Amino acid sequence: MATLSNKMNAYDEMLKGIWRDNPVFVQVLGMCPMLAVTNSAVNAIAMGLATFFVLVSSSFLVSGMKAIIPKQVRISIYVIIIATFVTVADYTLLALFPAVHKELGAFIPLIVANCMILGRQEAFASKHSVKFAVMDAVGMAGGFLLAMFALGSVREILGEGKLFGISLFGENFEPWVIMILPPGGFITLGLLLLLFNWVGERRKQFLAQVAAVD
Amino acid sequence: MSSRSPTPPQEPTPSRLVGSLAVAGFLSGLIIIGIYVATLDTITENKARELREAVFRVLPEVTQMQKLQYDGERVVLKENGKDDENTLYAGYDDKGNLAGYALASDGPGFQDTIRVLFGYQPANNKVVGMWVLESRETPGLGDKIYKDAAFVTNFDNLSTEPPIVTVKRGTRSRANEVDAITGATISSKAVVRIINQGVEKWHQRLPLPGNEPQLKSEGRT
Amino acid sequence: MSKHDPKLLLQSAPLLRQGMTTPAAMRDVWIALLPASLAALWYFGLAALLVLLTSIAGAVLTEWLFTPRERRAITLHDNSAALTGLLLGLTLPPALPLWMAFLGGMASIGLGKIIWGGLGSNIFNPALVGRAFLLATFPNAMTTWTAQSGPADFLTLHASNLALPFMQAPTVGAGTDAMTTATPLNLMKFEHQGTDLGALLLGNTSGSLGETSALLLILGGIYLFLRRGLDWRIPLGILGSAALFSAALFLIEGDKYPTPLFSLLSGGMLLGAIFMATDPVTSPVTPKGAWLFAIGVGLLVVLIRVFGGFPEGMMYAILLMNAATPLIDRYTQPRAFGRKRATK
Repeated sequence: MATLSNKMNAYDEMLKGIWRDNPVFVQVLGMCPMLAVTNSAVNAIAMGLATFFVLVSSSFLVSGMKAIIPKQVRISIYVIIIATFVTVADYTLLALFPAVHKELGAFIPLIVANCMILGRQEAFASKHSVKFAVMDAVGMAGGFLLAMFALGSVREILGEGKLFGISLFGENFEPWVIMILPPGGFITLGLLLLLFNWVGERRKQFLAQVAAVD
Repeated sequence: MSSRSPTPPQEPTPSRLVGSLAVAGFLSGLIIIGIYVATLDTITENKARELREAVFRVLPEVTQMQKLQYDGERVVLKENGKDDENTLYAGYDDKGNLAGYALASDGPGFQDTIRVLFGYQPANNKVVGMWVLESRETPGLGDKIYKDAAFVTNFDNLSTEPPIVTVKRGTRSRANEVDAITGATISSKAVVRIINQGVEKWHQRLPLPGNEPQLKSEGRT
Repeated sequence: MSKHDPKLLLQSAPLLRQGMTTPAAMRDVWIALLPASLAALWYFGLAALLVLLTSIAGAVLTEWLFTPRERRAITLHDNSAALTGLLLGLTLPPALPLWMAFLGGMASIGLGKIIWGGLGSNIFNPALVGRAFLLATFPNAMTTWTAQSGPADFLTLHASNLALPFMQAPTVGAGTDAMTTATPLNLMKFEHQGTDLGALLLGNTSGSLGETSALLLILGGIYLFLRRGLDWRIPLGILGSAALFSAALFLIEGDKYPTPLFSLLSGGMLLGAIFMATDPVTSPVTPKGAWLFAIGVGLLVVLIRVFGGFPEGMMYAILLMNAATPLIDRYTQPRAFGRKRATK
């Protein structure tokens, strides 16, 4: 463990969250907000940003205070830290973007229960320096945000013929109602996972072929 | 984790554990109170504006409103306190004459509870506007109860004597009939039922003509 | 599966000739569906043909696309994907835009079959998965029923059939397009109005393409039964339990609930009971299980039709019981001779 961190590169830590260890497509974490609030691109991004804020601030604080947090009660303290930031995000959204807050509703407080966030504190932030912890959090939250946006935009385009509320296909578009409903979330997520794995698989094959030629 | 350290650190005392949790909780509480205070004004303002817009939408030609409360016997001016199911809103025109009441009512829809606000004029038994406050009806079908302008305008001038009924779209002929939405009959009927219940609940409670609550100057918006 | 040379096949008694193969079983179902499909053409004209063909095309194309190259010949040869497409097509309304029928075919095979691992591995009836997908996706188009055009107007197409992909069907009923009508089940649910039983038997009512003619569906069912292509317990159990349940309701309040005969002959009851619920992949294998499954479907249909929000409940009833099938199979497993009942 100790030798590994010497070789670590901060940008690597960030990039792994976006692609190689993407919290949604690879680790399949944080499914509750993923499926519940991605019925439009704006909602997905709002949720992604709120999670981003909570994860990065919590990682920063947890890593910075790792020396003074007693090991025996660390999980409780992580939860207190996360819950505080979630409340901050909740009230800020309610004050500044009441319309978005109304759509997201109960799912903002539920960020506390997003296992991706607690998981990063326990598995990474509490063991690494502040710099790496923040880079890791930015990568993970960025990967989550991208996945949310991918799901939200697909569902909004098919479900309403719009992206960010702007009509793409004109008046006569026939909306795919299922895409806005919960089953649409599951179907889209499944298809995106399929795509992600397929691309990964092809990449592996390609690399193997290159290696064989060498 | 402990396997890494050659000599295990001394176990912290229970009081230290409780103490650190208490400190964390205290700091967290401070931050939460801080953000609550900082955003309270904006949030209250947003909610009040949203409500005002809804009231103005269901009561035509209204420019001022005030909040009222039914206290079990009569309707009185509401100064403060939380809104409940006995809260109502009175709308007034430019000159301060009462133009109607905005009443909230809710009931089960096709998916979940639908909550509507409707404008009501007890003097001539009329609903003069309807606005859906909350609904989770099916997108594309049931959500037409607020997205379909043709359905919403059904309630702009609707007699409640006898109670409102839904009829098949296009066959509306009497003053108390509402054109149902094709493909969303259940949601349409739910809205009508909710309004009928609201009228039934409120009609007896509202003050008689000539006895209406006057507009308080502070109530101006 | 077997890699043995057939010349060296050694078996102890009883020596059986090869019985049913998948392609042969599928062929029987095709033949059994022929009368109902022809009736669809007779009553709904060219529109029916196009809807059926596009939904078959969607199903076959998806099967081809998602099957590994080396297995394509086998899996397309047995015609099961095309059959799924046909079954789906028969449950669709005649004026459905063709692109939706195509998408439904794709959803049937993609979501109903391929993701589970192909033929034999799926839990839900693929054709009904496709229909459920379409109903949830396009609730308006899927519940717009047009009157029959009849054989004289064979060539008339609905403008909505030809809607461009992703685009709305022009409002049916507006202008010169065919009239929208209520199906017998809609009439019963929303207007408490029955339909002539003769019309239900022959099929000159509105409804999905393949569900209207009770007589021809029963004919197909009898053929399948004679060819041993279906487990007779399932249709019998469904129809019997549905009849008993609706008879009980009818006796309690006759002017509010439909007669049992109406319940049996209207909507997708026969099409579902004979051709969908009997899918050997998604129904229980044990006789006791088949009875349980069938009674469950029959009760659910009547329950959904009478007390639910939808006028028709066959699709959901079958899908729900499909989900219960593995459990039913588990608990109705016959005890192997000489073994004690598993204690658990």
